[in-house]
Amino acid sequence: MNLIIKIGILILFTNGLLAQQGGSILIKNGTVITVTNGVIENADVLVQDGKIKQIGPNLSAGSSTKVVDASGQYVMPGIIDAHSHIGIDAVNEATNPVTAEVFVGDAINPMSISVYRALAGGVTVSHAMHGSANAIGGQCETIKHRFGTWDPEEMKMKGAPRTIKFALGENPMRVHGEGRGIQPKTRMGVEMVFRSSFSEAKRYMEAQKMHQQKMSDKAYKGVPPTYNERLEVLADILRGEIIVHCHSYRADEIYMLLQVLEDFGVKKICFQHVNEGFKVAPELAAYGAGASVFADWWAYKFEVYYSTAYNATILTKNGVLTSINSDSGELIRHLFHEAAKTQRYGELSDEEALKLITINPAKQLGIDNRVGSLEVGKDGDIAIFNHHPLSVYTIPQMTIVDGVVRFDINNDNDDMRLAVDPEEEIPAFFDYQNEKHHDRCMEGVAEQLFQFSSHKH
Amino acid sequence: MNLKYIIAGLAISLLASWSMEGQQIGKNQKGSFVLQNATIHTVTKGDVNGSVLIEDGRISAVGNVTAPADAKSIDCSGLHIYPGLIDGGTTLGLSEVNSVSVTDDRNEIGDFTPHAQSLTAVNPNSVAIPVTRVNGITSVITKPTGGMFPGTASLINLVGYTPDQMYAGFKAVLLNFPSSAKRHRRDRRSVEDRKKAGEKAMKKLDDIWKKAKLHADLLSKGQKTEYNPDLDALVSVVAGDTPLMIEANKKEDILAAISWVRKNKVKAILTGCSEGFRVVDSLVVSGIPVITGPMMSMPPRSSDRYDKAYSNVGLMAKGGVKVAIRSNQNENVRNLPFEAGFAAAYGLGKEEALKAVTINPAEIFGLGDQLGSIEAGKIANIIVTDGDPFETKTQVKYIIINGWQVPTESRHTLLYDEFLERSPGLDK
Repeated sequence: MNLIIKIGILILFTNGLLAQQGGSILIKNGTVITVTNGVIENADVLVQDGKIKQIGPNLSAGSSTKVVDASGQYVMPGIIDAHSHIGIDAVNEATNPVTAEVFVGDAINPMSISVYRALAGGVTVSHAMHGSANAIGGQCETIKHRFGTWDPEEMKMKGAPRTIKFALGENPMRVHGEGRGIQPKTRMGVEMVFRSSFSEAKRYMEAQKMHQQKMSDKAYKGVPPTYNERLEVLADILRGEIIVHCHSYRADEIYMLLQVLEDFGVKKICFQHVNEGFKVAPELAAYGAGASVFADWWAYKFEVYYSTAYNATILTKNGVLTSINSDSGELIRHLFHEAAKTQRYGELSDEEALKLITINPAKQLGIDNRVGSLEVGKDGDIAIFNHHPLSVYTIPQMTIVDGVVRFDINNDNDDMRLAVDPEEEIPAFFDYQNEKHHDRCMEGVAEQLFQFSSHKH
Repeated sequence: MNLKYIIAGLAISLLASWSMEGQQIGKNQKGSFVLQNATIHTVTKGDVNGSVLIEDGRISAVGNVTAPADAKSIDCSGLHIYPGLIDGGTTLGLSEVNSVSVTDDRNEIGDFTPHAQSLTAVNPNSVAIPVTRVNGITSVITKPTGGMFPGTASLINLVGYTPDQMYAGFKAVLLNFPSSAKRHRRDRRSVEDRKKAGEKAMKKLDDIWKKAKLHADLLSKGQKTEYNPDLDALVSVVAGDTPLMIEANKKEDILAAISWVRKNKVKAILTGCSEGFRVVDSLVVSGIPVITGPMMSMPPRSSDRYDKAYSNVGLMAKGGVKVAIRSNQNENVRNLPFEAGFAAAYGLGKEEALKAVTINPAEIFGLGDQLGSIEAGKIANIIVTDGDPFETKTQVKYIIINGWQVPTESRHTLLYDEFLERSPGLDK
């Protein structure tokens, strides 16, 4: 028994090691869409040990390097989803209006088939987010889609900045105000949660500082302020060490948070969903706030009734750093198409549209030095398509993460599950067509708080 | 005239023009139209270069046309004419904001409400209707949901201010076929419980059908019956006049539905069929047409290939099943052309995909001589585009529905016009 466990650990370890080191691959003769440096026809991309080594014509590599012929195909950076809940086993810790101490990174599920399906849509990185039940939710995890590993740690994109989920409007109001009879029940209450939390964190920081300063006085006999993980995290937000990603819909609530953040000196903010962002686009641009939006979701709740599918275009044209996200295990499989919708709704250029799912979300996650474009020195995260990725007829052919092929349409078995749920009827049928259209941000809340037998969104 | 009045007059007219901006959608216009010099994709008779003449709400000539002097001429040089797209299954107009229950008329209480008429609850002024038609969709099936017999679906044209103006001449009674499938991913009923629930529902369906037949029989013999509006709604279905739209998705459910149809000799249309690819042969033998979608949906089983929902419709069509596509959507029915695009890419092919959102649904609804192609005599449901209507970046330039030229505006375009360059911007 002991031996089996040891072997198991060894396999896990070596698997992980491979994932972290990265592979080598040479992609020949494709139309290379770099995103940041234009489009290069008939060019090669060489990835060595997980990093892009060279881009240009007629490259060669050692005989041990895998070569892929991309003639007639389109080679672009791996797609990045700035808002997702795939590859995790828990979404909402809905038990308090503030749960900054919680980590989504503690609930990674590398076996999730959703990760493979995202890869089959060219997506190499996703932002695994906490849900939107709380005004200040948990910390999120930026994951790389290294499907094949069984080690949750290997899914994490090491070195990616810390991020945290905030939420405005209906969701925190419903969960806490309506559901539990505590603040916030209104958009006024939501503001109060932020102001009181940040003020408390500020006092905590001051008390710590005071204690530090008094320590030099030998006569000082005081004790440090009681350690509080929640306040530590909030303090890190105030210090600019964590990027805030805030679920939001209405213009007034977006404007409110900008005011609060300004008052507390918090600069790093990306609004999520932000359906009415177009109404306050000049303010968002002036603050330097990002916006990560749906291409066309609207009217599934009252907050999004006054929406427009031209949101991404208006934001882009007003100079707001904009991305298009999925918030859905289904949508993440065709983010390239979601980005293309900005060409129907606002006629964005190819480059503007592709930035919405590559370099822009990378910037919003603080990982643009490593991913989001095809540039020498960046991670070998690449997606290959048979037609232009913004065409409705395009089909993803191959997806590469750190130089390792993780999806290949020519080497794809029907059943790609890494693990079968032992409690699942085999194979279970899901009537997805009758599922309601909604954001996934409230997943798990009903069960957790109200113990509803059926889920209410 | 006093200068003061002139300034006041100017201010008023300026205000009036402002209030027009970003506020409302323009008027529909009827008359004779000639759409000139386009590439005409007739669907049924190939592609033709030329013009289309529209008179009295119908297409009166295609190709080389002689337009009457009073016809409004629309230059379509470099543009493409297609029949308006038809969505084979939506809840459009039945719900305004899905999470606000007082605006949601999709699901009436009761398991057996075949007499619940979607046409009654369609809101002709739903904001989602212009949002839908500006993407080239001119008619949709709008259907109630929930329960075994959710109600009666109707085909509506997306123009008009009353249900009667919108009604496009086809109704069907809906049946959610008894199933043992998981209803959603968090359906925690055991396999046995689901099986039992499926069997119980099957027995209930057979009981209802027995009653419906008896009821129809009594009526046909001129006998008086008690007031039975639900059974009344099934009389024409039992007689084989009104079709039954049967929703079945799981393989076993589709097969059971096919044999139930055979046994009861109803005129049937199968809907959903997300596992249709598993039973293509049985579908072909049954001769029952299928309305399926959305393509942009998860594969039905976690063990299925990632693209099974995209390729399902193509696999059914290749086998010989007559298929139409639906979005199964409410506020985003506008994605129908993209659904067709995905279907085309994953095996259906562009030509068949176009048929699956035009002539095929028209024929399935018995309206093959009225809708679904550009042919003289047909109802003028026409879109003019600057390219392939499924391609994402294509723009719809003109829309004609039931002979009415409809503005290419919606709340979404009006908000765009108002906010692209907001005024005031950052200044107070």
